[in-house]
Amino acid sequence: AAQLGKKVAVIDYVEPSPRGTRWGLGGTCVNVGCIPKKLMHQAALLGGMIRDAPHYGWDVAQPVQHDWKKMAEAVQNHVKSLNWGHRVQLQERKVEYFNIKASFVNKHTICGVTKGGKETLLSAEHIVIATGGRPRYPTHIEGALEYGITSDDIFWLKDSPGKTTPQPLSDVALECAGFLTGLGLDTTVMMRSIPLRGFDQQMSSLVTEYMDSQGTRFLKRCTPSRVQKLPDGQLQVTWEDLTSGKKNMGTFDTVLWAIGRIPETRSLNLENAGINTDPNSQKILVNAQEATSVPHIYAIGDVAEGRPELTPTAVMAGKLLAQRLCGQSSNVMDYSNVPTTVFTPLEYGCVGLSEEEAMARHGEEHVEVYHAYYKPLEFTVTERDASQCYVKMVCLRKPPQLVLGLHFLGPNAGEVTQGFALGIKCGASYEQVMRTVGIHPTCAEEVTKLRISKRSGLDPTVTGC
Amino acid sequence: LSFHSSDDGASVQEMLSEITNQRTVPNIFVNKVHLGGCDRTFQAHQSGLLEKLLQEDSAYDYDLIVIGGGSGGLACAQEAAILGKKVLVLDFVVPSPQGTSWGLGGTCVNVGCVPKKLMHQAALLGQALNDSRKFGWEYSQQVKHNWETMTEAIQNHIGSLNWGHRLSLREKSVVYVNAYGEFVEHHKIKATNRKGQETCYTAAKFVIATGKRPRYLGIPGDKEYCITSDDLFSLPYCPGKTLVVGASYVALECAGFLSGLGLDVTVMVRSILLRGFDQEMAERVGSYMEQHGVKFLRKFIPVMVQQLEKGSPGKLKVVAKSTEGPETIEGEYNTVLLAIGRDSCTRKMGLDKIGVKINEKSGKIPVNDVEQTNVPYVYAVGDILEGKLELTPVAIQAGRLLSRRLFGGRLEKCDYLNVPTTVFTPLEYGCCGLSEEKAIQVHKKEHLEVYHTLFWPLEWTVAGRDNNTCYAKIICNKFDNYRVIGFHVLGPNAGEVTQGFAAAMKCGLTKQLLDDTIGIHPTCGEVFTTLEITKSSGLDVTQKGC
Repeated sequence: AAQLGKKVAVIDYVEPSPRGTRWGLGGTCVNVGCIPKKLMHQAALLGGMIRDAPHYGWDVAQPVQHDWKKMAEAVQNHVKSLNWGHRVQLQERKVEYFNIKASFVNKHTICGVTKGGKETLLSAEHIVIATGGRPRYPTHIEGALEYGITSDDIFWLKDSPGKTTPQPLSDVALECAGFLTGLGLDTTVMMRSIPLRGFDQQMSSLVTEYMDSQGTRFLKRCTPSRVQKLPDGQLQVTWEDLTSGKKNMGTFDTVLWAIGRIPETRSLNLENAGINTDPNSQKILVNAQEATSVPHIYAIGDVAEGRPELTPTAVMAGKLLAQRLCGQSSNVMDYSNVPTTVFTPLEYGCVGLSEEEAMARHGEEHVEVYHAYYKPLEFTVTERDASQCYVKMVCLRKPPQLVLGLHFLGPNAGEVTQGFALGIKCGASYEQVMRTVGIHPTCAEEVTKLRISKRSGLDPTVTGC
Repeated sequence: LSFHSSDDGASVQEMLSEITNQRTVPNIFVNKVHLGGCDRTFQAHQSGLLEKLLQEDSAYDYDLIVIGGGSGGLACAQEAAILGKKVLVLDFVVPSPQGTSWGLGGTCVNVGCVPKKLMHQAALLGQALNDSRKFGWEYSQQVKHNWETMTEAIQNHIGSLNWGHRLSLREKSVVYVNAYGEFVEHHKIKATNRKGQETCYTAAKFVIATGKRPRYLGIPGDKEYCITSDDLFSLPYCPGKTLVVGASYVALECAGFLSGLGLDVTVMVRSILLRGFDQEMAERVGSYMEQHGVKFLRKFIPVMVQQLEKGSPGKLKVVAKSTEGPETIEGEYNTVLLAIGRDSCTRKMGLDKIGVKINEKSGKIPVNDVEQTNVPYVYAVGDILEGKLELTPVAIQAGRLLSRRLFGGRLEKCDYLNVPTTVFTPLEYGCCGLSEEKAIQVHKKEHLEVYHTLFWPLEWTVAGRDNNTCYAKIICNKFDNYRVIGFHVLGPNAGEVTQGFAAAMKCGLTKQLLDDTIGIHPTCGEVFTTLEITKSSGLDVTQKGC
């Protein structure tokens, strides 16, 4: 908007987490999301590479220890450089930045309060709400708020979290559990029902299967009831095993809640402006132009109802919105076929429909699923277990067999998936993907070699070179 | 069958053109094999081929003999066997001048893609060890690399692949003979095994898939003292201080991983790097290698190699001459690795006896778009094909589709358009479609828009690695909806990044579609969904932050 000549103000404020964690400009992605998550994931992957290295001739004495403090400091320094970078960018583009906590006074007026309590009033022709979300606490569980932490805190811990139990529903939980295990920490994941809800379930179970084989412990169908602090500082967690009905207890250094996020809307005083929210999710209701129930007030990103909670979609939605508001274009955001990747120890990249969704939408007889278990070349020399390295393409059965969804589990899944997302955007058919010659040797080429369908019942294991 | 007297003459002619690449008449088939037109038939009559084709009960030993058990040959053979044909595969490795030989599977498995990528991975792991300290991993600073440990592990894996191929052939009832095949007359070859024993085989159809071998310089000392990629991957001792001669991707990939393993490496280049590839990208590849310790001697060629000391490795003296003047230089190295190109293995297999035309200069075999040579029952696939890309997946695809056409009644031809590839240098380079030079040649500069950007992989930030080095560019055709006709990426995991975009290009990728697609965050690949700056704008692509 600033580049298009508008007078713009950005208001950003981070309410400290219950543990007291706060951070600078940039939002979730930069501070407590994608960026630190991927860096810690990388740290864990490097641990794996250190273990691989001797097989390739490097003499590194095993096992190698990990220093959390050193990693945390390096990650936090990078995040801070990004905070700084954002501030500089805003300055360069002549966007005014206010570090105040905002709420609506009326449809065109915001009241902002600084950390010190000083109030400012700002008015604007257009207002965009992009306040995102924060992790949910299971406040009904005794001790959850006092003793547990969330993703808001884990990336800012100065000391190692030690023996940890992430409580998941989401990719955040599995990603955290994944890198914690990779860094050498004793990690247990407790879940009430299925992991990665909303994702393809076959792929989700392969993800957790791999994590299990790498040392992450899973307590399935368990739900915590109480967290207590012990005299020595450790935490005692009591939970119920839903299958047996029995109660169990365990001791941990850290309990990490990753049971979902709630939109940051409660303190905005949305009713003062007449902005409607969804009664279930508390998210702000928007139309295809990202407009709320009030015509000149918009909402984008995680806070908007029905939108994928991803950085790149928020970025693009924001850009397109600015262009529309400045009369530059009338393009609206296309939220279909958004690719994403879960950065678990064995990464899962996907775009398009899950197998379940495809079956539900088109009917089983009209869907063809091609799949393969493959082994990355680099795993051979190190004798790494590749049992969960798997790729499947969900297509329409009718020729030319339009590709509905692609699911890839393996190293560098994000890199593999990005280009194919483009393919799907171009309306790729199975035949076109098969006509594409593979790049050898890579993992991605396995997508172009998918020949075995699930329907055939044949063994989908790729053999040989 | 006469066109003019039948109602659907036009569609018959169309179909004939499709399956034989010939529109003219007469169009002659003998015993279901397409012979050709009038000229070819007379030629066949003169050479005795027509007589052979006309024989009623030909009773050949095999339906198909494949000469060469590499990527193309094996794919072709196995597909034919799956379609119920009786197939023989002949594979034989003539030992290199240094005495190196290997098992079934061809170049890719034994002395190409597979060991190359594994050694590249070993070098990348060395880099990862360095990075890991910044991410909190603690171990002693001095980490050494043991060449023998690595080579043994790699050779073990290759051995398992050789074995896997033999098993696979056996499972499909393909007969495999480890012998050197040569044509003696039409439809008949002579196979000579290691012991010198000769056996003859006949077949209705033949596929030549003999591939290539490294070229030597033809200077004193080259065959005696130098090694090539044939020898490097199974070298029983560490090569030490190495001179790599050449600027092909083989040369740069080898120089790259040798340097990454801690060796002192120099690359001697006659003129340009990576001939045939986008030159801007080639220079960036080279520049990264130079910044990371690989020495380059540009515009020199070796004229003599002398042995100073015997050993494993020994010590060699190399004398080189400048290509621009009288200057000569000398250097001492433990190993000299020649990577100046490869020669087709087509000159010593009796092709002249049956009249198969080859390009006399390159040794490559010209084929039509169904991989058929000028002799109707002889086909060819893989590196030896004239005008086709020398890549494993291309050979496999061509071989497989060839068998399906010959024996499965299918029509699909190999699609050689927009084949992606990746050079596995220390900083990997993936590409699909046209280089910038080629694009300008084909489309004219004014018709093109080139979008580009430098980028910094997130994992490199904390590791403190080069900023403003990784680079992405696409070349678009303004006159065709800004269609992406060239895709180039220089960065980690370039192969993984490029593959999907190649599929997208096959589906007609445009700049608009790139802009409309959401990136996966944080990855390297996502930079292609946010390309804004064009070369024509002259704007700076240096990165400042997230």
